[in-house]
Amino acid sequence: MRTTLFSAISTLAFACLLATPATADPVKIDFWYGNSGDISKRVQEVCQHFNDSQKDYQVVCTSQGSYYAAVQNTIAAFRGGKPPTIVQVFDVGTLDLMLSDAYYPANKLMADNGYKVDWNNYFPGIRAYYASSKGDMFSFPFNSSTALLYWNKDAFQKIGKTEAPKTWEEAAADMKALKDAGYDCPFAFDISEEESWQLMEQFSAVHGEPIATKNNGFGGLDAELTFNKTKFVKFATDLKNWYDQGLAKIKSPKTGEDYVAAFASGHCQMTLTSVGDHGNIGRTADPNMHWDVAMLPVYEGTKRHNSFVGGASLWVLKGHSPQEYKAAAAFLNFISQPEQALFWSTVTGYIPVTKTGFEYMKSHGFYDKPPYKGRETAIAELNVEPVGSGPGGIRLGNFLQIRGELSNGLQEIFANKKDVQQALDETVQRGNAILRRFEATYKGKQLP
Amino acid sequence: MTTSDSELGLVPRPLVGGEAPERSAGRFAGVPASRKRERAQMEGRAFFTSHWLGIALIAPQILLIFTFFYWPAGVALFWAFTLERPWGGGNEWVGLANFTAMLSDPVYWNSIVSSAIFAAASTGLAMSTALVLALLTDRELRGSRIYRSVLVWPFAIAAPALGMAFRFILAPEAGFMAFVNKIWPGLWNPALHGADAMICIVIAFSWKYISYDFIFFLAALQAIPKSLIEAAAMDGAGLLRRMRDMQIPLLAPTLFFLIVINLTDSFTDSFGIVDIMTQGGPARATELMVYKIYFDGFKGLDYSGAAAQSIILMLLVIVLTIAQFRFVERRIHYK
Repeated sequence: MRTTLFSAISTLAFACLLATPATADPVKIDFWYGNSGDISKRVQEVCQHFNDSQKDYQVVCTSQGSYYAAVQNTIAAFRGGKPPTIVQVFDVGTLDLMLSDAYYPANKLMADNGYKVDWNNYFPGIRAYYASSKGDMFSFPFNSSTALLYWNKDAFQKIGKTEAPKTWEEAAADMKALKDAGYDCPFAFDISEEESWQLMEQFSAVHGEPIATKNNGFGGLDAELTFNKTKFVKFATDLKNWYDQGLAKIKSPKTGEDYVAAFASGHCQMTLTSVGDHGNIGRTADPNMHWDVAMLPVYEGTKRHNSFVGGASLWVLKGHSPQEYKAAAAFLNFISQPEQALFWSTVTGYIPVTKTGFEYMKSHGFYDKPPYKGRETAIAELNVEPVGSGPGGIRLGNFLQIRGELSNGLQEIFANKKDVQQALDETVQRGNAILRRFEATYKGKQLP
Repeated sequence: MTTSDSELGLVPRPLVGGEAPERSAGRFAGVPASRKRERAQMEGRAFFTSHWLGIALIAPQILLIFTFFYWPAGVALFWAFTLERPWGGGNEWVGLANFTAMLSDPVYWNSIVSSAIFAAASTGLAMSTALVLALLTDRELRGSRIYRSVLVWPFAIAAPALGMAFRFILAPEAGFMAFVNKIWPGLWNPALHGADAMICIVIAFSWKYISYDFIFFLAALQAIPKSLIEAAAMDGAGLLRRMRDMQIPLLAPTLFFLIVINLTDSFTDSFGIVDIMTQGGPARATELMVYKIYFDGFKGLDYSGAAAQSIILMLLVIVLTIAQFRFVERRIHYK
C-alpha cells in the first residue's frame, strides 16, 4: 500500500514537472514582469517583435500584475527551483537582488555570450541608479521615467503666464493667483505609500538633499535616514500650508479621483507625476485643453541637481542552461537597440535609456511634434549635470516599508495629528529601525 | 458478505472454529469470536481491520492539510525566530527578538486594537442585518423568493471588486457621499479621518458577510417547526414577541456558529478590502493585523517580521475561539 501510494505521488509529481513546456526547437525562456494594463500590452508587443525577428529563441512574457507581485512570485519560483530566466525588478527592489545570490550579472552574461555592450552609452543618471559601487551593471535598465511638473497652459494664461513656475516660491504665487481666478484646485498631490516618491525622493534629488547618510545608502548597509533635517521639512510645511489655504488638494482614489486623472480632466491645474503618464494624459485629456510639462520646481537659491530615474530593470536569474542564457542575452541585446527604444518610448511615454536611443529618436523628429513634444524635458531633468554630483539614486533596504512609514507620517501631518517636524522625526526613527533590521538580516554581507 | 469484501479487509474474514485472528482484538476483545461475528452482523456495520487501508483513505486529506497548513505554519514558526533573507541564502537565529520588537512597538498594539474594533463592529453589523433580513424573508413576504436568492450573491464577489465599488460609493468627492459633503462640508473624508476610514472597511466587509450569515439564519429559521410559531400566534403572541421569545432562542446554535466564523474571518480575511480601500491609512487608523502582515511580508519583503505577526495572530484567533467555546457555548442548548 505504501509503495503504491508513494508511486502514485511520484507519478503525480512527474506529471506536474512534465506539464511545464519541454524545451523544443527554438529555445524558450520565461520573462516575468510587473506592468499591467496598457503597458503590459506594450511589453507583449516587444516580446512579439523579438520572437518574430529570429527563429532560434522564443521569449514567453507573463505579467504578474504589479511590480511587487513580480518580485514576490519570482522569489517563490526561485525558492521552488524554477525561476523565470528574466525578471523585471522595480527600482527600489534593486538592493534586495544585489545582496542575493540569485542572479547572473548582466555585464557577465553579455560578455560570456559574445555581446559587447557599451555601458557608458546608458545615461549617467540611469547607470548611477542601478550600477554596483564599482560601476558594474548587474541588470538592464528597462522602463525608465522621472517626475515632471504638469501644468495647464489654459489656466496659466488666465493669470497672465506663459511659462511654468521654476521655483516653489513662484509656484506658490501661481497657486494663489489660480485660486483667485476661480480655480478650485491649483495643485493636486497624493500622500499614499505609492505616490509619495515625487514629493520626497524626487524633491530631495533635484535639491541635492540627502535622503540618507552614506550617500543615500550606496556607501553601506549602515546608512541612516536624514530627510527630517533637510529642505524636505520646509517643503512638507509649505505643502501643508497650501493645503490648509485650499491651494493644494489631496487627490487619490480614496477621495474619488486620483491626481493624474484630476489633472487630465482639468479639475486641477498642476501636479507632479511620472513622464510615463505623458501618454496617458494625452489620451484622456480634452483635446482642446492645452497643457505642458516642465522640470520640477526648486526653491529659490538652490542649485538644480539631477532627478532620480524611476521604473525597473531586468535581471537574469541563476539556475538555467547555457542555451537559455544565450536566448536571454539575445533578448536583452534586442531591446537595447535604438529602434526598440523608439517603439517603446512612443507607445508608453517611458524615456529612452541610452544616448544612442535618444539620438535616434531625436533624428526621427520624435520630440518635435505633439503628442510627444515635451517628453525630452525628462531627459534634460535627469541630466542637468553632466556628471551627477549626488548619489544618483537610493540604495536602502526594505524601502517599500520606509515609503509606508513616510506615507503614515504625512497623513498624520495632513490630518492635524502631529506637527511637521514631530511627524517626520518619528518617520525617520521608525525608518531607521527598518534599516537596522535589514542590516541584521544581511549580517556579514557587503554591498557589491 | 462477498469474497471481495473480505479481501479488501472491509469486514472480518469468516472465522473458523471460533479461533480469533490476533488482529481482531480491540473493540471485541474478551468476547468469544462467534459472538463477535454475530454482533458485527447484527449491527450491520462494516469496520476496518486493516490499518493501512484506513491510513490510505485519509492520506490525501492529511497530505493536503500538511502541504497547505502544517508545513507553511511550521516554516512561519521557524522564520519567526530568525531573520530570513527573502531570496534565501541565509537566516540568522534571533530567538524572541522578532516578538519583543513587535510587542514593544506601540504601533503594533494600535493595530491589535484596530483589529478588535473592526472585528466587533463588522460582526455586529453583519449579523444583526442578516438576522433582520432573514426574519423578514422567513415571513414569506411578497417577493421573499427573490430576496432569498439575490441576498446570497454578495458573498460571491471578490474582495478587490467589492473594495473598489465601496471606495467609489464612499469617496468624499464622488458618488453618494459627495452629495452629503455638499450639505455638510468636510463632514466625511476617509482619506484623512481615521474613523471614517474604519467605517468604510466595516461597511464593505459586513456587506459581504451579511449574505453568508443570511443563508445560515434563513436555513435555521426554516427548520423551526411552523406549528410552534402558529401555536404562539394563536395564544396571542405578536410578531416581535414571537421573534424575541421563540425564534431567536431557537437560533442560538446558529448564532454561536456565526459569531465564531465572523470573528475569525474578520481577523484573517480582511486584507483585500483594506488594501483597496484604505491601505491601512489614514495614519494607521485601519492598519489591521492581517493587513500589516500582508504589507510587511508581501510588499516589504520582511518575511520574519510577517511570520512573527502571523504567529501572534494565529494564537489570538485560537485563544478567541477557545474562549467562545468555553464561555459562550455552555449557554447554548442544541436541542
